[in-house]
Amino acid sequence: MNAEARVKETQAEASLIEQFSKLAKDQGGLAAETREKAFADFRSAGLPHRRVEEWHYTDLRAKMREAYAPAEGGRTPEVLPAPVDDGPVLRLFIVDGQYRADLGSSAMPEGVTVSSPREVEVKDSLFPSKDAVIDLNTAFCQGGVVVTVAPGTELTEAIEIVHLVTQPETASYSRNRIEIGAQASVLVIERFEGAASDAAYQTNAASEISVGDKARVNIIKLQDEAKAAQHLDSVSIKVGAEADVHHFTLNAGGDLSRTQMFVEFLGEEAKLGCRGISILGSKQHSDVTLFVDHAVPNCESRELYKSVIDEKARCVFQGKIVVRPDAQKTDGQMMVQSLLLSEEAEVNAKPELEIFADDVQCAHGSTTGDIDEDLLFYLRARGIPEADARKMLILAFLAEAVEETENDRVIALLESKVRALLGAEEYAE
Amino acid sequence: MLEIKNLHAHVEGNDILRGIDLTVKPGEIHAIMGPNGSGKSTLSYVLAGKEDYEITEGSITYNGKDMLDLGADERAAAGMFLAFQYPIEIPGVATMTFLKTALNAQRRARGQEDLPTPEFMKLVKEKAKDLNVSPEMLRRPLNVGFSGGEKKRAEILQMALLEPSLCILDETDSGLDIDALRIVSEGVNKLRDPNRAMIVITHYQRLLNHIVPDHVHVLSRGKIVKSGGKELALELEENGYADFIDEEAA
Ligand SMILES: Nc1ncnc2c1ncn2[C@@H]1O[C@H](COP(=O)(O)OP(=O)(O)OP(=O)(O)O)[C@@H](O)[C@H]1O
Ligand SMILES: [Mg+2]
Repeated sequence: MNAEARVKETQAEASLIEQFSKLAKDQGGLAAETREKAFADFRSAGLPHRRVEEWHYTDLRAKMREAYAPAEGGRTPEVLPAPVDDGPVLRLFIVDGQYRADLGSSAMPEGVTVSSPREVEVKDSLFPSKDAVIDLNTAFCQGGVVVTVAPGTELTEAIEIVHLVTQPETASYSRNRIEIGAQASVLVIERFEGAASDAAYQTNAASEISVGDKARVNIIKLQDEAKAAQHLDSVSIKVGAEADVHHFTLNAGGDLSRTQMFVEFLGEEAKLGCRGISILGSKQHSDVTLFVDHAVPNCESRELYKSVIDEKARCVFQGKIVVRPDAQKTDGQMMVQSLLLSEEAEVNAKPELEIFADDVQCAHGSTTGDIDEDLLFYLRARGIPEADARKMLILAFLAEAVEETENDRVIALLESKVRALLGAEEYAE
Repeated sequence: MLEIKNLHAHVEGNDILRGIDLTVKPGEIHAIMGPNGSGKSTLSYVLAGKEDYEITEGSITYNGKDMLDLGADERAAAGMFLAFQYPIEIPGVATMTFLKTALNAQRRARGQEDLPTPEFMKLVKEKAKDLNVSPEMLRRPLNVGFSGGEKKRAEILQMALLEPSLCILDETDSGLDIDALRIVSEGVNKLRDPNRAMIVITHYQRLLNHIVPDHVHVLSRGKIVKSGGKELALELEENGYADFIDEEAA
């Protein structure tokens, strides 16, 4: 806190202080002092606002008018969502912030363990920088899941982690950790959904993912929160040498959402793909903030984010690739492309490169446009009604991001998800 | 079947079409020739329903219906088809998905059922073979990476598949090699039918040797300045447009 002391807490900050004072702090496997410290850090900074650079476009202090009290545990949803595809799957459920072993797959295959986070996992945070939202996650952590995949395990099943909220006007804070051993091969599908589609609630999730040397990992995040929900998700990924990691974020739900990712290369010759699609409408505000740290030489990263923004929605993308002085031969390409479907739709794209090494191949770019009228005319001239032609062109615009994941199961599931979101199921090939 | 009366079209401050009158009856083939920039493509776009042009005067009636009220997709469903002078590439749209969507959209607009996929596949394969369009081309995104001539053949494939009642061919011959010209012309001639009319825009007599027109029109600066039989095209090939354009300017 600087000399210019903050005048007054916002209503949400005051609620958080009140809620924290009442919290039973030695539960959920966490020591009280870990929570106390995190909350003290949060309190000194307050909710992030416009003048905090990383949060410039997503003024949480203004947008988070209320802070709901942490949800009570133990509720069981009436129905569990079906898996996203018919491939083999290991299902893990996090309900109202807590891992519910009773709801998911009963047995794990050899090489996979699942537990709840303990003190050690939360305290040794892998997040590289201080962030008020992560501090709140630590302070209020209700549970979550720790998944380990032993070295060399080639999982045929996808690991599906489903975050469900059953109670309106509550907040859920889950802390998750996924440790993937060397040479393992894994697909993780992380879903965020609310039980009632019109419920207002808040999700604050944090996931720390470590990928061992030569592991091959696909992580798909499907953000399908209820329309009025606020979704805050912090993700840290540590990439081992020669690993091949693809992360994909599909943003569709929530009134406010922010996915903040911190990726660091720990070993050479690794490949990373961070991609995503945001499909936004009404007054949605969706933020993807990505920090990629090329800390070692000879790694490759591809970042490609596409958004389709309608009505009064706003999409924020901030991406920073840092290439450290030692990280020679880094190959980093970041692209962000947006399609604006209405006059009032808005995008703020800020791709950045910070390069401290001299022998690198890096580029970034951003494009914003609307649907190409000539393409639209071509399709309509063949008898395709305008609304359908638009859908085809939107799908075409998004296709590249999906195809680049290069994994047949991932491509199929993302394509069908995207088509469903656009009401364009009939354009399946 | 098609009646164009005193058609004026305007774009970005320019009058491009300045009073076109043209009547096309079922079964007829009309060729439209004329210098570069005379408004041939504009006429084809305006017929197909491109929205960039403002129609300041005149009418387009097709099978008794006023076309100016209809969007491009509705005109297509009414039986109009434009084979583009410059077919565009649409990355991310699979050719087969596009063909199926277009065909079924038109069927639905006419109150017909969707064509079952196996029948659709069979139909496409058959027509593609006739036009020497390879299965590999059909697997690509729409027109993407097609050569100029391949694009033109793909246009005619679409036409053969959609079976329109009015075919407007805008310089379909340009960019075609000699063999492709023959294949495409055969494809077009196969579609000749007492109930189907064609408007063939071209610069060269060569195409008209294959697709023999009933009427030839010369378009110059947005107006039809001369109409005649198929011999008019030969005359133009011989003497160029100078005679007619001077006539008009005078
Ligand atoms: N959207 C537009 N904006 C401005 N001018 C246009 C537009 N479309 C067409 N024109 C102009 O209208 C005139 C007619 O163009 P059009 O393409 O119809 O000619 P064309 O007869 O098909 O020529 P070509 O034989 O070269 O194909 C040209 O002078 C062209 O520049
Ligand atoms: Mg032209």
